[in-house]
Amino acid sequence: MIKAITTLGRLSLGAIAALGRITLFMGLSCLSLFRPPFYVREMGAALLNIGFLSLPVVGLTSLFTGAALALQIYAGGARFNAEDVVPQIVAIGMVRELGPVLVGLMIAARVTSSIAAEVATMKVTEQIDALVTLSTDPMRYLVAPRFLAGLLSGPALVAVADILGILGGLMVATQALGFNAATYLQNTADFLTFPDVVSSLAKGVVFGGIATVMGCYYGLNAGRGAQGVGAATKASVVAAAVLILAANFLLTAGFFSS
Amino acid sequence: MIRLVDVHKSFGSNHVLSGVNLEVAQGQSMVIIGGSGTGKSVLLKCILGLITPDTGEIYVDGSDVTTTPREAFLAQFGMLFQGGALFDSLPVWQNVAFRLLRGQLKKSKQEAREIAIEKLRRVGLGPNVADLLPAELSGGMQKRVGLARAIATNPKIIFFDEPTTGLDPIMAGVINDLIREIVVDMGATTMTITHDMTSVNTIADQVAMLHGGKVRWVGPRSQVFDSDDAYVRQFVSGSPEGPIETLR
Ligand SMILES: Nc1ncnc2c1ncn2[C@@H]1O[C@H](COP(=O)(O)OP(=O)(O)OP(=O)(O)O)[C@@H](O)[C@H]1O
Ligand SMILES: [Mg+2]
Repeated sequence: MIKAITTLGRLSLGAIAALGRITLFMGLSCLSLFRPPFYVREMGAALLNIGFLSLPVVGLTSLFTGAALALQIYAGGARFNAEDVVPQIVAIGMVRELGPVLVGLMIAARVTSSIAAEVATMKVTEQIDALVTLSTDPMRYLVAPRFLAGLLSGPALVAVADILGILGGLMVATQALGFNAATYLQNTADFLTFPDVVSSLAKGVVFGGIATVMGCYYGLNAGRGAQGVGAATKASVVAAAVLILAANFLLTAGFFSS
Repeated sequence: MIRLVDVHKSFGSNHVLSGVNLEVAQGQSMVIIGGSGTGKSVLLKCILGLITPDTGEIYVDGSDVTTTPREAFLAQFGMLFQGGALFDSLPVWQNVAFRLLRGQLKKSKQEAREIAIEKLRRVGLGPNVADLLPAELSGGMQKRVGLARAIATNPKIIFFDEPTTGLDPIMAGVINDLIREIVVDMGATTMTITHDMTSVNTIADQVAMLHGGKVRWVGPRSQVFDSDDAYVRQFVSGSPEGPIETLR
């Protein structure tokens, strides 16, 4: 019994310490954005990799999710004769919640893991040490470009996800559920408010930041050998996904509770 | 030039360095020998500040390494890592010219490339490897690219971690001569880790042997092969019989 409590205490202390280190690292990452030199070429490569190359997976997931959402709401709404609300609910569901969350989870899977594996490999093969001895700060050379690319790509990907999600709903609604395309779009546009869109994009900024910084953090703190790389990659994806969902809750509460 | 005073470093319960004292004079070539896992690489990383010693002081040029500004401090160093540590996302010539393409020593791309190709030639690699990626090279070639990167900016202090392991005997000879040349012609201060007695013979002014977390023996090259220290004698002769334990 005592043993169990000790273990529990040790685990929670460990978790709190890790959270502290991650917070500190996020602060340092933010600082690194403003300290020259700025590595423009690395920044370009990161934007391509994190933003542009994530488009297919983000687009497909949101298209299918929007389509499924329309079907569900139509079936659900039919129970109390409210089939007409499909465009409104799809719009609000995608823009406020599903668009950002899907983007967050998809880039945690695609981007966080690849950053963590890459940086961890650099760490275990002494490339990070080599960078330092060549007078290059890993925070500015490795972290800052990826972090900034995450902050910029996040909202862009969320915008794409929102639009394609609504489009997925539209396709199902017009092809299978007998809605008129023009009215559907009109209803969507009338219903969405400015704060809906702003909150959606703001979530994108935060999630993009979390996903990239978590990859860098676990990569730079990787243990030794191939096992170190594997452990770092796994931990980074788990941490990114959990933090993104937690941040999503806090942001939603902050934006819409008042 | 480089002075270590009572340097200690442990990883958990593994006491790697336990009181290292060592001095390397300006323009001197110090060769460090010692068994596998005795902390030779850790020692070099402590001097560079890549690993922080638990206790002890390290001075370079008379100033404490923990208080000198990092940028200026590192600018005078070149380092060949044991595993090469090439950046695998960059082609070979950009690896060699890494420092010349950014930061204080920035040169034009054209000029940086020319210097890189010249340094590659000095380690026995032709211009045809310049545009390859490190992963396309053999282990020994990667090592030599690492060497070219270490000497690319003609630094004042250069560390070589096992420069000749993985090279054929002829190439090893070329590299040994090159390191000697760098010390004599450029007046650089160097520390070289090696297990290769031919290297000791060609490169060293002074030899230090690390054993049991301490510098067991230090002396001029002329004395290392007929030292009266039993540990040194066993090490340079490669005999399994002697005071150094071998597990079998
Ligand atoms: N970052 C680290 N974390 C934990 N232990 C380490 C670390 N770096 C080195 N060690 C340990 O320190 C000891 C000395 O390692 P080091 O690499 O300095 O050996 P070495 O003398 O260079 O050996 P070799 O000749 O085989 O290269 C080893 O036991 C190694 O496991
Ligand atoms: Mg070593």
